[in-house]
Amino acid sequence: MKLVKINEDNCVYCHLCEVACKTEHSVSKDIIKAVKKENVLSRCTVEFNYPYSASIMCRHCDDAPCIFACQNGSMHRDERGYVVVNTQTCVGCWMCIMVCPYGVIKQGKNDDWGLSIKCDLCPDRSIPACVEACPNEALTFEEL
Amino acid sequence: MKWMKDVKTYTPPDFHVIRDPDRCIKCKACVEQCSFDATFYDEEEDKIWNWDAKCVGCNRCAAFCPTEAITIENRENPYRINESWGKWNVVGVKKRAAFGGAPVVSMGSDKPYIVYWDHMLINASQVTNPSIDPLREPMELKTFLGKKVDYLEIEDGKLKTVLYPQLELEIPIMFAAMSYGALNYNVIEAIGRAAVELGTYFNSGEGGLHKDHYKFEGNIIVQVASGRFGVYKEYLDVASAIEIKIGQGAKPGIGGHLPGEKVTASIAQTRMIPKGTDALSPAPHHDIYSIEDLRQLIYALKEATEYKKPIFVKIACVHNIAAIASGVAQAGADVIVLDGFKGGTGASPQVIRDNVGLPIELALASVDDRLRQEGLRGKISLVASGGIRNSMDVIKAIALGADAVYIGTATLIAIGCTMCQQCHTGKCAWGIATQDPFLSKRQNPNIATQRLVNLVNVWALEIKETLGAMGINSIESLKGNRLALRGFDLSEKEMEILGILHAGE
Repeated sequence: MKLVKINEDNCVYCHLCEVACKTEHSVSKDIIKAVKKENVLSRCTVEFNYPYSASIMCRHCDDAPCIFACQNGSMHRDERGYVVVNTQTCVGCWMCIMVCPYGVIKQGKNDDWGLSIKCDLCPDRSIPACVEACPNEALTFEEL
Repeated sequence: MKWMKDVKTYTPPDFHVIRDPDRCIKCKACVEQCSFDATFYDEEEDKIWNWDAKCVGCNRCAAFCPTEAITIENRENPYRINESWGKWNVVGVKKRAAFGGAPVVSMGSDKPYIVYWDHMLINASQVTNPSIDPLREPMELKTFLGKKVDYLEIEDGKLKTVLYPQLELEIPIMFAAMSYGALNYNVIEAIGRAAVELGTYFNSGEGGLHKDHYKFEGNIIVQVASGRFGVYKEYLDVASAIEIKIGQGAKPGIGGHLPGEKVTASIAQTRMIPKGTDALSPAPHHDIYSIEDLRQLIYALKEATEYKKPIFVKIACVHNIAAIASGVAQAGADVIVLDGFKGGTGASPQVIRDNVGLPIELALASVDDRLRQEGLRGKISLVASGGIRNSMDVIKAIALGADAVYIGTATLIAIGCTMCQQCHTGKCAWGIATQDPFLSKRQNPNIATQRLVNLVNVWALEIKETLGAMGINSIESLKGNRLALRGFDLSEKEMEILGILHAGE
C-alpha cells in the first residue's frame, strides 16, 4: 500500500503542502477561491520546532484507533485500504479526534457542520496533491 | 510595523517588495522562507508585512509564493541623480561613516566592467569545409590535465616513456573550489555526486574534506591554501590531484575569512580548528615568498603523494600574470589555474572584489602566449576560472588557450542561488552558503545533484553542437585555436592581447 512518506530532513517549512491540500479539497479547485471564499481546512499540517519541521497528515494506521472509536462506522477503510470518513453518516462526536495518536483529524468549520476532516490521500489523483506540491521531496508517495 | 527604523544608519532600500493583496492567501510560505526578517506575519492584524530595508533581493519568497502575489523590484536611486557619484558611491560613503567598518561582500564583482566573452564571435563551417552533426557522428570532449611529455618513445610496439599522472575529464568542466564552511554539507554532497556521475572533478576548497565525502575518491581535487585547514595524509591520499591556492580571483592578495559563527562542530573537526573560532587564511603562504619556495611546496606535496598526483597551482589574475604563470610553470606545477576577477567569493572586502585583478579573458590569452613563447605550454595544462557563465564561454576559453574550466557561480545558480551577495552573512535563504541546520535543509542533495548533472550535460551538448558547426570533432582541435574567434567592439590593443582578429577580417 502506497503512503505519504515524511522526510523531515528535507522539509523547508513552506506550507505549500497545506495550500495544495486546500485547493484539492475545494469545490472550485481554485487556489485563491479555496482559501479566501471556501475556507477549506488543510488535511496536513506543517509542524515546526527549530530546526526541525515536518508536514504531518493521517498515517492510515493498520490498527487505526479512529475506526475502533467511531460509534457508527463512519470512519472506515475504503477499497484502496486507506482510512477515510464518510461525511454523510458522521455525526461529529469527535471521538476519532480524541483517540488519534498523531492529532491529524480536525474538526470541520461551520460550513462542514463540525464533522471530522482528515486526509483521504486524494482519491481523484494518482499522486496526492501535497506530495506533488512539495518543492524539496520532503513528502514522497511510496510503498511503505 | 515590527521595529523602529534606525535613522542613524539609514540608506535607501535596494528593493521594493510588492504584495498583491487580492492574490495573497496568507499561507505564510514567504514568511518562513525569508531568512533576512524582511517578511513577517502579524497575527493580531492577520496581515503579512514586508520590511524593504532588510530585503536582499534573493527572490526566495517570490519563488515560493503559490499565487504569484509577490514581486521584487529594484528600487530606483531616490537621491538627486549625480552621474559622477551614482548611488553606490553615496551609499558606500554613508555605510562606512555609519558603521565604521569596511563592507564585506560576496559573489563576483557586479560592477559594469567589460565582459570580453560577449565581444567574441565563434566561427562555423560553410561550403569549403563540412560541418558535423554531433548526434550522428562521434564527438570527443575528453580532456587530460597534467604534465605532458615532449615526445613518446616506443619500443617493441610498447610505450617506453613513463607518462606523468593525468586527470581524465569526460567534459572539460570542473566544479570550482568552494569549501566546506562556505557551503554546507548538503551542497558539497550534491557537487560530489554530480562530479562522479559526470566523470569530472570537484574541488574541496580550502576547508578540508568531510569524512563522509571521502566516498567520492577518484573525483576529488583537494586544496592546500595558506590556512592549511584540514590538510593531512589521508586528505592528500583521497584526492586525484592537489591544488595549491595562492590567490583567488575575487580577492587577489588577501586570504579567506570564515566567521566563527559558521564554524560548527563538524566544520571545526574537518578544518582541525577549535569550534567557534574564526577560520582565517593568511594573505600569503608563510612558507612561500618566491618561486623557489613554491617549488619546495610543490615537491613536498609530490613527495608526500609519491609523484602519483598532478599538482595544480591556482593564481588570481593580476598584472604581470604572464610572468607569474611562467614562474609557476617552471616551479614544477602540472596544471596552472587562472582565476579571473569576476570569480566569486564567500566573503571579500568590497573594494578588493570590485577593483583588484584582471579579466580572465585577457589573462588567459597573455598567459597562453607567454607559455607558448617559452615552450612550456605543451608541457603543462591551463584551467580558466572566474566568470564562466555559459557553454559558449567554455568554448571561447578553450579557443583562447585553456584546457578546461572551473565553474563556481554557475554551479550555485544551478541549485538555486540568485546572486543576492549575502554569502558572508551565513543566512542564505536558498540553503547554500549557510550552516544553519534549518536553512541547510533547503538543499536536497538528490534534487541538487540532478540539476548539476543536467546543467553540465546540456553545456556539453551545446559545446558538441558548436564544435560540429565549426567542423571540429574533438575539443583538442579547438584548444588555443584563436582563429576560431573574431572580436568586435574592441580596441586594437585589446584584440592584440586576446590574439584574435576583428570580425570581418
